[in-house]
Amino acid sequence: CVGINLRYRFHVSLLCKLVSCFGDRAGQFFSSGHTNNWAVLVCTSRFWFNYRHVANTLSVYRSVKRLGIPDSHIVLMLADDMACNHRNPKPATVFSHKNMELNVYGDDVEVDYRGYEVTVENFLRILTGRLPPSTPRSKRLLSDDRSNILIYLTGHGGNGFLKFQDSEEISNVELADAFEQMWQKRRYNELLFIIDTCQGASMYERFYSPNLMALASSQVGEDSLSHQPDLAIGVHLMDRYTFYLLEFLEDIHPASKTNMNDLFKVCPKSQCVSTPGHRTDLFLRDPGSVLITDFFGSVRKVELTMETINLTDPIDAESGELQKEMHTYADQLPVSEIIHQKPKQKDWHPPDGFILGLWTLILLVFFQTYGVKHLKHIF
Amino acid sequence: EANAVIIPQCSHIPPGRRGCLMETTVSPNKEELVIRPLHSGDIYTSFQFRTLWETDFTRENKVSHYRLFPKSLGQVISKFSVRELHISFTQGYWRTMQWGQPYLPSPPGAELWVWFQDSLTDVDGTWKELTNVLSGIFCASLNFIDSTNTVQPSASFKPLGIGNVTDHQIVCTENLTPWKKLLPCGSKAGLAVLLKSEKLFHSSFHSQAVHIRPVCKDDQCKTTSWELRQTLNVVFDLHNSGQGKNEWSLFKMFSRTLTEACPVASSSKIYIDITDNSQGEQFELSPATPLLSQAVVLGDRRTFSVYDLTQQITFGTICNVLKLPVTYSAHAGDMLRPLLHAERYVAGYGLQTGEIHTLMYNNHPYRSFPVLLLDSVPWYLRLYIHTLTVTSKGKDNKPSYIHYQPSKDRVRPHLLEMLVQLPPNSVTEVTLQFERALLKWTEYTPDPNHGFYVGSSVISSLVPSIVAMDTNNSRERPLFSSFFPSKEESSYFVRVYTEPLLVNLPTPDFSMPYNVICLTCTVVAVGYGSLYNLLTRSFQIEEPSPGLAKRIANIIRKMRGVPPL
Repeated sequence: CVGINLRYRFHVSLLCKLVSCFGDRAGQFFSSGHTNNWAVLVCTSRFWFNYRHVANTLSVYRSVKRLGIPDSHIVLMLADDMACNHRNPKPATVFSHKNMELNVYGDDVEVDYRGYEVTVENFLRILTGRLPPSTPRSKRLLSDDRSNILIYLTGHGGNGFLKFQDSEEISNVELADAFEQMWQKRRYNELLFIIDTCQGASMYERFYSPNLMALASSQVGEDSLSHQPDLAIGVHLMDRYTFYLLEFLEDIHPASKTNMNDLFKVCPKSQCVSTPGHRTDLFLRDPGSVLITDFFGSVRKVELTMETINLTDPIDAESGELQKEMHTYADQLPVSEIIHQKPKQKDWHPPDGFILGLWTLILLVFFQTYGVKHLKHIF
Repeated sequence: EANAVIIPQCSHIPPGRRGCLMETTVSPNKEELVIRPLHSGDIYTSFQFRTLWETDFTRENKVSHYRLFPKSLGQVISKFSVRELHISFTQGYWRTMQWGQPYLPSPPGAELWVWFQDSLTDVDGTWKELTNVLSGIFCASLNFIDSTNTVQPSASFKPLGIGNVTDHQIVCTENLTPWKKLLPCGSKAGLAVLLKSEKLFHSSFHSQAVHIRPVCKDDQCKTTSWELRQTLNVVFDLHNSGQGKNEWSLFKMFSRTLTEACPVASSSKIYIDITDNSQGEQFELSPATPLLSQAVVLGDRRTFSVYDLTQQITFGTICNVLKLPVTYSAHAGDMLRPLLHAERYVAGYGLQTGEIHTLMYNNHPYRSFPVLLLDSVPWYLRLYIHTLTVTSKGKDNKPSYIHYQPSKDRVRPHLLEMLVQLPPNSVTEVTLQFERALLKWTEYTPDPNHGFYVGSSVISSLVPSIVAMDTNNSRERPLFSSFFPSKEESSYFVRVYTEPLLVNLPTPDFSMPYNVICLTCTVVAVGYGSLYNLLTRSFQIEEPSPGLAKRIANIIRKMRGVPPL
């Protein structure tokens, strides 16, 4: 079956003849090889003074949603709630620019993992797909071998680790192994990994699986700095790298042709103070041919079919026996019933543990002292 | 008990016709907004959206046609054999003394009560799956609900159900977004247009809830239909949100105006409580409406001005919007004291022991009434039930029914239910001592110094009412007065929630494992290293190298052939 990229059809059919341009566009489409997009956006810091990490994650969420990835394909993990935090002077808002210009929280946001649920274990389980069976769909990464996944991490980190919620860390080795598991289980087609923490480049040093591209906001030994504080809210609103990344992404629209080489130029040392780094040696395609929208935008698989489908007749339900019994509303506080309620008979459990041990000891001592053959005199 | 066979409406459709006819006597979808100015200067707004649905989930052929009832909830009901479900998310605490009684009480945080069908065998497993599914639907951390904080009360919450009383949750737009998506019109038309999160969360109290239950279809009550009620209660503090002046309007509260009713709603009304304003001395409504209605709610007869959004005449002629500006002209008088309210606090000092005090106030001058107190305390506060005392007016007040289920470490919480008779015009105090437990170091949350929450106590009671309650439950009534069905005329059912408690547990120093490893490794390295050196090294004597003068003299002596120095 042929999947046709829906967004291309608008532009193609209007501008050029179908035959000649179609071959060109289809070739371009098939060269990327993916049919769906996923995004895993994680903020790992807790507490009010880490407002900027939540703002970072929400601004990437906002861009990704704007470029077409639906909520069902985004796994958003926020370790703390800033929008409805009691210290927030403007509830239900998270701002990214000072003077409160842009509210990245918005009115339509779905956070899949919040608060204490953002742990290293949950993060690795999402990536590898090993979640308990009762996990709802919105909390799962249901990617397949034709998915392009964007993974964005932000928080506090160091050389070789990223801190989760001030109580645990994930190391670069663990992350590399998780990606290798994903590769072996064919859970991604291509993966873009962006990290905005101090010494972020150390996190992608250990990657060894194919088709991974990584970007970091600072090299080993450097700190990623925050952008600007807002005096009304009282904290720093964004980190520099993500601030300029957001500015870059605001110019991208679903049909734009900008490629990864432009993304590598985001936030040079003059703006960021730290040196952003990137790693493309594991990536099979040339970064110049990879579109931004390959990871930040969304591809919907559309199948066109011309055959008609006959709908079946509605189910003719047989009218069964009408057991019409009287229903009544239950009494909310039946005082007399409660007072005269008999206590539930507790099930008898065989004695366990201490009591059993004690009785065994008593019996042993008894039999040892008196011997078995004397028992018949006693009993 | 609820196993009646209900004939689906689509049974006799002639071939060639598509779709189902919803022939119901009760309106399938109603929406309502009640605005009540409170005596403290705040405004209490309560949204209720109700959808009725006639279907039977217990039949074999799966239900596949969903029209107004949301599919996600319908699938939850059928898959988990749910008979009744109540879930609420609340931010803030309802101040009964300043605000009176709410139309629908809810405790701070999240609360989930579920009743399952009798045919369900594995309640624990189903409960776990249900909480996970609901946490996905509402973007809430309900998956932390497990056996350690779930209770099955024996007397409260009739009929018997299983529930999690409260769990501390932060409620924000991510909970409101999926809630709004369950409404038939979404947030595009009707009253739901007013639900803008920036204004709703900038309030003193915000509570959203979903209630699913079977209700009687008619007077005889031979058949039941499913009712889905979505409620949103907000208390706006207009002084706090920068208004200052004593005037409010729909635009000031919600920063939106209404332009049309929801097209699929059969009834869409706004009720403004004007009982305290009968002569217009306190505030003035504009546009004035001739429609008035009276309803008995919470034991009192209240008068309401009604704006019917399904009539085009309600919307102003100029810009086709309903703004409802109101200006206060005089100070509000004294509020009628609520008959029942409760408080709870922790007493004691230190991190070893403490005492929980629950105070229940009966403000009726001469009538006493029974209350049922339900307390669910987590296992890490070890309650000493022999220290339980209940006193009213200084004397001992023995409860007529006590049910206590002790906790089991890491398995289930304490459950205490008591039926206490409150004497008139009195304060009843329930005290209970407890001891704090030390948790295992992996069981602490990432911010343990914040403290641990103990859920609210639930106090259910039949309070004597001032006016006769309406016991005819099948008549068409406004939604806000018909949630708890009344069985008798002289009293009405009230549920009051106390504050949750925040208790500090003895917190270890989490850097100690690192310190211990460093110290131990240092000691081992120094100790073992020294011992190893002592045992395995041998000493050899080495001549020190001679000074420069001596070396030159030795060279000259060697040349002369004389032995060196």
